[in-house]
Formats: sequence, structure tokens, C-alpha cells
Amino acid sequence: MKILVTVTDVAVVDDEFEIEGLDVDERYLTYELNEWDDYAVEEAVQIAEDGENVEVVTVTVGPERSEEAIRKALAKGADRAVRVWDDAIAERDLLDAETKASLLAAVAREEEPDLILSGVQSGDDSFAATGVTLAEKLGTEWAAVVNQLALDTDAGVASVHRELEGGVEELTDVELPAVLTIQTGINEPRYASLRGIRQAQNKPLDVRTLGDLGLDESALETPLRWTATDEPETEGEATVFEGGVDETAGELAAVLREAGVGQ
Amino acid sequence: MTVLAVAEHRRGELRDVSYELAAAGADLADATDSELHLAVVGGDVESFGEALVREGVDAVHTVDHGEEFNHDVSVQAVERLADELDVDYLLLPHTVNGLDYAPAVAERLGLPVVTDAVEMAVDGTLEVTREMYGSKVETTIEVESERAAVTLRPAEWPQAPRGGDAPVEPFDVTIDESAVRSTVTGFEEVGGGDVDISEADVLVSVGRGIGEEDNLDVVRDLAEALDATVSASRPVVDSGWLPKNRQVGQSGKVVTPDVYIAIGISGAVQHVAGMKGADTILAINTDPNAPIFDIADYGIVDDLFEVVPALTEEFGG
Repeated sequence: MKILVTVTDVAVVDDEFEIEGLDVDERYLTYELNEWDDYAVEEAVQIAEDGENVEVVTVTVGPERSEEAIRKALAKGADRAVRVWDDAIAERDLLDAETKASLLAAVAREEEPDLILSGVQSGDDSFAATGVTLAEKLGTEWAAVVNQLALDTDAGVASVHRELEGGVEELTDVELPAVLTIQTGINEPRYASLRGIRQAQNKPLDVRTLGDLGLDESALETPLRWTATDEPETEGEATVFEGGVDETAGELAAVLREAGVGQ
Repeated sequence: MTVLAVAEHRRGELRDVSYELAAAGADLADATDSELHLAVVGGDVESFGEALVREGVDAVHTVDHGEEFNHDVSVQAVERLADELDVDYLLLPHTVNGLDYAPAVAERLGLPVVTDAVEMAVDGTLEVTREMYGSKVETTIEVESERAAVTLRPAEWPQAPRGGDAPVEPFDVTIDESAVRSTVTGFEEVGGGDVDISEADVLVSVGRGIGEEDNLDVVRDLAEALDATVSASRPVVDSGWLPKNRQVGQSGKVVTPDVYIAIGISGAVQHVAGMKGADTILAINTDPNAPIFDIADYGIVDDLFEVVPALTEEFGG
């Protein structure tokens, strides 16, 4: 069995930041493995550990920078990685879900996995649409926002829980192959061991261009344009207490006493 | 031109986002000189159809197929209806079920999809406002085509009031059952147990800023001193440090205590959806730009490991 896991690195913004052009100034960004993908990788690795002959392959659309996140996924137990990048992709401001799904689908068609796991969303642009779009492009089944998964490979069925709003889970059976978008909390992602980190350096990481995948720049065409970025105006009128901790804690305590708390 | 908005229901009830979609759809229809059509797929379509007769709606279409949401059925039904009506703008909810079919139906119809909209404007083209980086910035996405699918964040638009005289029309669509390759087998309530945080008058709520499980005592001590109940935001529950029944937010409990003390909680939209109804909100966070301060009444921008013990001490803890 082969499991393909989509992995991306995401930009995390410092507490204090400035906007430069369309995006947050690079000085205020750090990159890390997308939290949702961390859970997806863990889920795949656990399936591989419980089964026989399960290969876990990660696929990423990202620049060289993203190899740090990819190596992390490899260190946690993925077997090999594919990274898609191209100068033509680098020129784009916005990688919308449909474009990302087109690129991922090209890799999926080559890899022919039995199962694709994808994070529910990426922590930076949060489109939350790539996984389901990918399923539709491949003509496979899917389930979004999965927080429990049991595979019956003989029957070709994934039994999942989907985390709905308000503390309710939907129990659904989907036919394999399928794309499942993985919600945080489905498992406890491991830390990479030193041995894993060493091994990851030697695991295959193939870089593929549009041409390598049999695509051209038309795969990047979209009518969506990213035209502006602003810091939202603060809507709140919070009274923020300032000063030393004794002072501020005292002020907060007064508010609590006023509200009748701790009397 | 035509705007089509698709309602959402679960376990016998239309969800509020349905009426918000109607309101957003009415604005968009006004701005683009379009008709607004609503649709509902499955469930008690007769009563749902009547409930969707709202101001600004030109017609309501009902697809009588199954009791509960099934993404394969919704994709087929909405695709056929959108084709039939020659829809220009398709509005769907940015909910867990919306995420489970909106991208697929947009792909099938060849529509670009913009998700998690918090605002829409029309200035020649459709401009969608959405947030990035956990609500730290707002971005504008311009749709340079005549047609698009947009998913709308719940609770960002008002609910369209009842009114108007839109006809409710059954839409007859044959669902290809061989293409329905998923089956909803049931529902499960989670988060039961010893404590019902939605009953608490005072909640001491802890988030990612607590860092590690061993640090939770800092928060428990404060809760004890205040005779309050401990609750949490998602990362703390995901990490297994507190049980699911303590989780406040969209996927957890909605709480309305007299006082809500948010400690090390940034205030992501999913969390705020669960606690914005609290009478008084206090926030302690090191990040002055954390969205929690947009909704808090009082705040301290400082290290929780300094502030919380000092606060506990104020109450003799």
C-alpha cells in the first residue's frame, strides 16, 4: 500500500510586524511544518508501522526553503519526498487551492497512492480547499475534517469520524482510494528522534518542475488575484492595564471583585 | 445574472448560516443586478423550503433526497441546479460540511473558489476579503472572471429576515447512486463527562501559551482561588492535556459565563465563536496584537507565568 501525504511549510508571523507590498515583510516571518500536516504525517506513519509494505511518500509544492519541513516529515518516518517547484510558480503571488491541487494531482497520478492524507488547511492562507479539490481532480472519494480513521484495506473502505461543529462527530464510510483531510488532535505527533533526523538526510527527495510533470504554465492560470493586504482595524475597546505585574494583577483583581468573583 | 446560495442543515434543523447566506446573497444580487436563488438538499425539504423564504430571495429550490448531508449527493444536486439556473455566483457555507463539498462542486462547475470570506464587494469585479495568518492580516482577492464560488465564514453576515414571496419549487434531479461512494452511518456526541463548562459562571480558560502540561497548575490554582472552572482552547485539548469536554469554541462548547478569563489564548476565530457571549472578558497574553484583545473588555500584555500567580495571590491562593 502507498500513502501520499501533502506537506507544506507555513509562514508564522511575529507578534510585531509590518506589511511590505502584498505580504508581511519577510523579516517578520518564520517557517515551519504546517501543524495540520504534522498530524497527517503522523497518521500515515502509524498506518505504516501497523501494516506491512506500506510506503509513505510526501508531496510538497514549495521552494527550496520548504525542504526543512520536508526533512522533518522524513525524520518522523516518511520514506521519501517529492517537491514541486518551478520559476514560473515562484513568480506567482497567490497559489490558490485549485492551482495547488493541479500540481499535487500531477504527482498523485504518477504515484498512484491508495490513500492521500492532507491537512485540513494550512496555517497561513487557510483556504481549506486543496484536499477536496485534489480528490475531485483525481476522481476519487474524500472526507474533510477527519479526526478518527480506521482503514479496512481488504474491503477498500476508510471509516472516519468527521469533526462537525458543536461537539458532534459524523461517522462516515468512504470508498478507497480517497483523499482525507486531517484535523489536529487525531493523534499525538511524535518528535523526530536523532536517529530519524540522521536517516532523513539520506532519504530520497526529488524535485520536479512543471515540465517534469508534463505540465506547462497553463496549469498555473487562475482568475484570482491577490490585490491588497491590510492590518485589520482593532474593533475592540479593551482596557489594557500597564505597569508592573503587581500593579496590573491588582487592577485585574479589582475588575474581578467588581464582577462578584472570588468573594 | 444569478446568485445561488445553498443552505445547510443537520439532524432536522436548518443551521443559522443558511439565513446568513441569504443575506449575503441578497447584497450580492443587488450589487450585480442578479436574481437570488436559494437551495436546500435533503432533510425535511418542505419545512426547510418555507423557512428559507426570506427578504431578497427570488426563488427557493428543494432537492428531496436523504435525511442528512452527504457530500456526493450535494455535489451532484448543486452541480445540476447551478447548470440549470446558469449560476454566476455560487455561495456556500465555510462550515465543516461546506468544506466537504464546496471545493468539489466548484471544481466540477469550473468555477474559481475563494474560501472563508468575511466580506464581499463588487466594483466591476467581485472582491472578497479574507483573513490570513490566524486573523493577523486581511487580504483582498479579486475575481477576474464573471463567475465564482465563494464560501462564507459563519456569523459574519446578519440573518436575512423572513419575508418576500419567493416560490418554493421542488427541483427534480436524478442522483446517480453509483457515484455516491460515501455513506454517513451515524453521529456521535463528544465532550460529555464530569463537567459542563457551559453551566459555569466563571471560566479560567487556558491556551497554547501555557507551553506544557506541567504548567497547567498555574491555571488550576487561579481557578481554585476564584472558585471558577477550568476550560481550554483547542491546542490544549489536541495535546491531550485537558479532556474534550473542557474545549471552548466552534468544535467544542459555546459558553456564556459572567466572566471569562483567557490565559495564553490568541483568540482565533474558531475560539471566539465559542466565548464571545461572555459578559466580561479578561485576557492575558504576551502578544499585543493577539485578536483576543479585540474582543476582551480588560487585558494585560505580559507573561502569564508572572501575571497569573500574582492574580492568584490577590485572592489568597
